[in-house]
Amino acid sequence: MKEMIYFPGCTLKTTAKPLEDSALKVAEALGMKIKEMPQWYCCGTVYSLAQDDLIKQLASIRNLLQVQTTGHNEVMTLCAMCYNTLSQANLFVKKDKEKLQKINQFISEQPDYKAEIEVKHFLTLLKKVGTEKIKEVVKNGLSGLRIACYYGCLLLRPKEVGIDNYEQPTILEELMEALGAKPVYFPYKTECCGSYHTAVKPEIVARRVYHILENARENRAELVVTSCPLCYFNLKDRQKNIKKIYPEFKKIPVRYFTEIMSQALGV
Amino acid sequence: MRIGVFVCHCGRNIAGSVDVKKVVDEISQIKDVVLCTDYIYLCSEPGQLTIQEKIKELNLTHIVIAACTPSLHGVTFGRAVEAAGLNRYLLEIANIREQCSWVHQHHPEKATKKAISLIKGALAKLKNAQPLKPIKVPLTRKVLVIGGGIAGIRAALDIAQGGIEVYLVEKTPSLGGHMAQLSETFPTLDCSSCILTPLMVEAAHHKNIHVFTYTEVKKVKGVIGNFKVTLEKKPRYVVPEKCTGCNDCVDVCPVIVPNEFDQGLGARKAIYVPFPQAVPLVYTVDLEHCLNDEKLIVCEQCFKICGPKAINFLMEPEEVEIQVGAIVVATGYELLSLDALKEYGGGEYEDVITSLDFERLASASGPTGGVIKRPSDGKVPKRVVFIQCAGSRDPEHGRPYCSKICCMYTAKHALTYKHLVPDGEACVFYIDVRAAGKRYEEFVQRVMGEEKVLYLRGKVSKVFRHNEKMVVLGVDTLSGKSVEIEADLVVVAPAIVPSKGTQELAKLLKSPVDEFGFMSEIHPKLRPVESVSLGVYLAGAVQAPKDISETVAQASAAASKVLSLLSHKEAALEPIVAHVNEELCKACRLCQKACPFKAITMVGKGKKRHAHVEEALCQGCGVCMAICEEHAINVAGFTYEQLSTQLRALLEDKIDGSEKAIKSG
Amino acid sequence: MKWEGGCINLRLVLKKNKHILQKIEEISGENVFACYQCGMCTAGCPMVSEMDILPNQVIRLLQLGAMEEVINTRTIWLCASCYTCGAKCPKGVNLSRLMEAIRLVILREQNQDYVRLEEMVKESLPQIALISALRKFTA
Repeated sequence: MKEMIYFPGCTLKTTAKPLEDSALKVAEALGMKIKEMPQWYCCGTVYSLAQDDLIKQLASIRNLLQVQTTGHNEVMTLCAMCYNTLSQANLFVKKDKEKLQKINQFISEQPDYKAEIEVKHFLTLLKKVGTEKIKEVVKNGLSGLRIACYYGCLLLRPKEVGIDNYEQPTILEELMEALGAKPVYFPYKTECCGSYHTAVKPEIVARRVYHILENARENRAELVVTSCPLCYFNLKDRQKNIKKIYPEFKKIPVRYFTEIMSQALGV
Repeated sequence: MRIGVFVCHCGRNIAGSVDVKKVVDEISQIKDVVLCTDYIYLCSEPGQLTIQEKIKELNLTHIVIAACTPSLHGVTFGRAVEAAGLNRYLLEIANIREQCSWVHQHHPEKATKKAISLIKGALAKLKNAQPLKPIKVPLTRKVLVIGGGIAGIRAALDIAQGGIEVYLVEKTPSLGGHMAQLSETFPTLDCSSCILTPLMVEAAHHKNIHVFTYTEVKKVKGVIGNFKVTLEKKPRYVVPEKCTGCNDCVDVCPVIVPNEFDQGLGARKAIYVPFPQAVPLVYTVDLEHCLNDEKLIVCEQCFKICGPKAINFLMEPEEVEIQVGAIVVATGYELLSLDALKEYGGGEYEDVITSLDFERLASASGPTGGVIKRPSDGKVPKRVVFIQCAGSRDPEHGRPYCSKICCMYTAKHALTYKHLVPDGEACVFYIDVRAAGKRYEEFVQRVMGEEKVLYLRGKVSKVFRHNEKMVVLGVDTLSGKSVEIEADLVVVAPAIVPSKGTQELAKLLKSPVDEFGFMSEIHPKLRPVESVSLGVYLAGAVQAPKDISETVAQASAAASKVLSLLSHKEAALEPIVAHVNEELCKACRLCQKACPFKAITMVGKGKKRHAHVEEALCQGCGVCMAICEEHAINVAGFTYEQLSTQLRALLEDKIDGSEKAIKSG
Repeated sequence: MKWEGGCINLRLVLKKNKHILQKIEEISGENVFACYQCGMCTAGCPMVSEMDILPNQVIRLLQLGAMEEVINTRTIWLCASCYTCGAKCPKGVNLSRLMEAIRLVILREQNQDYVRLEEMVKESLPQIALISALRKFTA
């Protein structure tokens, strides 16, 4: 398998370290060669939806430029927010060559970004590896553990960058099934967790996440897995806020999907 | 040659940009132009009269009319010159409106120059023009109607009553189509089968109608007046003449499969009649599900029990060749599959059903005997949510059109539900209510006001399962509230799409379809039942979504077109067809391979071998002309000589680069 | 919907707000008039229970040119940029872009942030939460 260059993003090196550690171990066990980018910066966290705010696109383009200089034409991310921001920025400059030129002119000290990179998420790569191969490497099967696979927003939307169908995605469920778990029916799996409102009005996030987790619990989930560090924080760390509003709420465990994978593969 | 040139003002349309007087002056000076004059509206009666008078007065032999596009008034002017005794193919029309004055409104000087060039081009083309006679083809007084639903049945009956033989071909085992599946029809609430079956029976017994069910159209050759169609009768494994309809075979058959007629909500055996009122009442063995296959017989239950010995597992598909003068396409519609509607579960929820499923539940002869039951647990639903516009009016998913009938049938379903379950609640999510037909609006107002069905204006974002109920998340924009409903049953109105096989059939008939797969009519307003392909007519939902009243009207319209066509002994086809110069032809067969209408064959032997064009099949498209390296094949009226002289005349006033083109061409 | 006064003088309002509306269409790249008010965006919006006017009403008010009503709502600041509206819209109108454009027009005009650093939650957050909130809510 050829080497894949990897963009971690700020959160993966700090609060979401478990995601990175488990993911890299899993990749190794599956024979994937992952190499971290030599030079990277924060991607900008959210894609700026304005057509005229080119300054806000710089962070992402700079990173894609770094990928271009390494000579690879694909880059992998683990954080859903990084994936979304980089993909959308990439798509923006691919579609509008004029804006790309303006940005290139602004960062004139570096070579021009040619907009020929593809941004991929780890899940897409795992799907390419295939569930058959993953099943072979499973050491501690999850023996029917009932998992609610939570996707959140940024992996699936907007449609142009989504890694799976935005109404009925199955990529995480297929993965969990290959590990021996039993993914449950979870209609709230694509509902937004509240995202950045957690920094300003955590009660909103608490109310939102309450509905999501209750829906998971109603469908008899024992565990919720997620891919995005912000969703992880909102689903896990805000459970204490939920308890303040809904005292009868019982906590439910939340993990990164890679942590579950590394457990199942015994790495 | 004595040429007359008539330049039209078309009011201000042409005269507004083109200096007509200047054009007339310049053209008058050209050799052989005996008369050049202008007129304000040449297509008017006095205008045409002027042309005819001048032809007679000045003994004109050729005419150029500089006016609007020939596709608008080509026929009008053609008739006018013929009435004055001239062959209409010695008339050339120069389009100085659509191709000149209309597009160059801001450059009157250049427009005038271009108009002069265009007329010079037309004059040059005329120099090599030949008088042509229309091609007469004999008409076979028989008609093929494809599709045995209400459209096909109505068209067949009307044509048959006009004294013409009809072959009515239907691919399912029985006539009836979707109308037979309906419980009631809006707005009268007639029982659908009750009004349809008499027509089905009449069609089956009419002396002029030959009904072929379980039959498909395999090949179509020929042209208007003379279509040679190959039908394939699929094997039923039951001999129709011997079958008495006693049903014994069904009782013993061990295979149970979902019944397509009941939308999969009910079951049938591998040997079956789709529904009790089927016409013809003949059983069919569905070999795909039967335990036997073409090579091996393992189960003989039905065969043994059949008294008249009507079952024959050795039947093979039978090809039938028919010759007809016209074809009516009435293959209808189907509903968009729930798989495409992922926001409503994508087909994985049993209690989210389509409107046709609801029809079968409501139908007294349906799988539940006319009792509305939830497919999941068989209980009677106490709260039903209807969702309109599912998949229609959706440019994002490639279906921007409105499916026309859903607003009306949803109102009808809500009413039916309220009548069958008086203590039940019904809600309808709509964006608009389209009730434009006769008594349609009154019907919907009755459903809203008297039956007290709650109409919520907004779409539904998601439907999911929660315990035993389906939760519907929608919005009511009129009150500004988002709405959450726990329903027992959700009925979705999916978009109307052309029925399976329409695309392939259209290819066989060389008839175009639009971007959604519906067959194209020549003109949606003025000629809605004629397809672009001569001799092929359209009736019903195959052309666009429509309800039963409009379908029947179109079917009768198509029938009237057919009867009018076949009331003559022969049809006159345009002589704009290709001809081969046998001397020049080197028999390379490029034209034969290129011809999209398969009109070219090779005839003759050895050195004398050459291409031959079947005039009746040729559509005058000119592809053969373009590909022939020897210029041996030419379309009459547009020969290579005519076109090259026209081109030279058009570019006469140009300099530089274009000179090279003229010299080499 | 709670707004004072139910009447909009369309002629005056459209004339007054023409340039802001143009700016919003420019920044977002979306055609406000493509919306046929089906309400799909509202039906799918995760934040709708917290909002004062509905997402589809935001776009309706833009169609009417009623900028004052839109600017003073909580709705535009409650948007979580989850793209559910844009993904579900049958006309392909991306409401998230329009919300962003309205926010930007306000932030740029007023040159004042919607949140100040002091108001933010004082606990250990993942960086992405902090930075994205700041990017969305500050000028």
